[in-house]
Amino acid sequence: MVDATQGTRPEPKKFMLLNRRAPHGTVYALEALEVVLIAATFDQDVSLVFLDDGVFSLVKGQKTAGLEMKNFSLMYRALDDYDVNKLYVERESMESRGLKANDLLVEVEVLDRKELSERMEQQDVLLSF
Amino acid sequence: MKIGIMVNAGPYTHQANDSAYLFARAAIQKGHVVERVFFYHDGVNTANRLTEPPQDDRNVTSRWSKLASDHKIDLVVCVAAALRRGIKDQILAPGFRISGLGQLIDSGIKSDRLVVFGD
Repeated sequence: MVDATQGTRPEPKKFMLLNRRAPHGTVYALEALEVVLIAATFDQDVSLVFLDDGVFSLVKGQKTAGLEMKNFSLMYRALDDYDVNKLYVERESMESRGLKANDLLVEVEVLDRKELSERMEQQDVLLSF
Repeated sequence: MKIGIMVNAGPYTHQANDSAYLFARAAIQKGHVVERVFFYHDGVNTANRLTEPPQDDRNVTSRWSKLASDHKIDLVVCVAAALRRGIKDQILAPGFRISGLGQLIDSGIKSDRLVVFGD
């Protein structure tokens, strides 16, 4: 890594955030999204992964009025405006829940478990929610 | 090694909060540097100085405060998570301060390792 004091920008670090829980039942998906939006402003290499029940966060057509919860799922569509465009979904999690890529409200890269673990190996910081 | 710590679990309910403390203490004893501990989710409740555990129990909040004062650790509570849970400046225990998620990202950038406790 280049020393910032020498006037050269340090290499951005690789931050990967893992969404592992369904939305609305717990605050984790929402608070993970808040971390992503802040991380994006630090010019780091940010990626967002949806696995286990976390894949439900991306399902189209969520209606949260009955839960009296904010429908923050629409904010995933705004991530591109923040230059967060590395969105990964774990294939096994998605398929075992009967979901297909076109059930999801954003464009994602579907990775199988092995590919995803390889990406995880390359990260500097992994935050699991 | 420079170590950043993130605590996501509230005090007393989850051991993760204790584990984070014990890890921080052990790391410092081994000569590592812990510059900042970032509290998020229910972890923000750690900063509440009004907590009062029974006398025969450990005091999670005050031992974080002491560790911070002994080793100059920056204890940062996420503002959005804190305000949702009623954690405000008026009730902060010594050594804690309220700030933004940027402090977590900064810790990730500057640390050799960012270690996360609690889910």
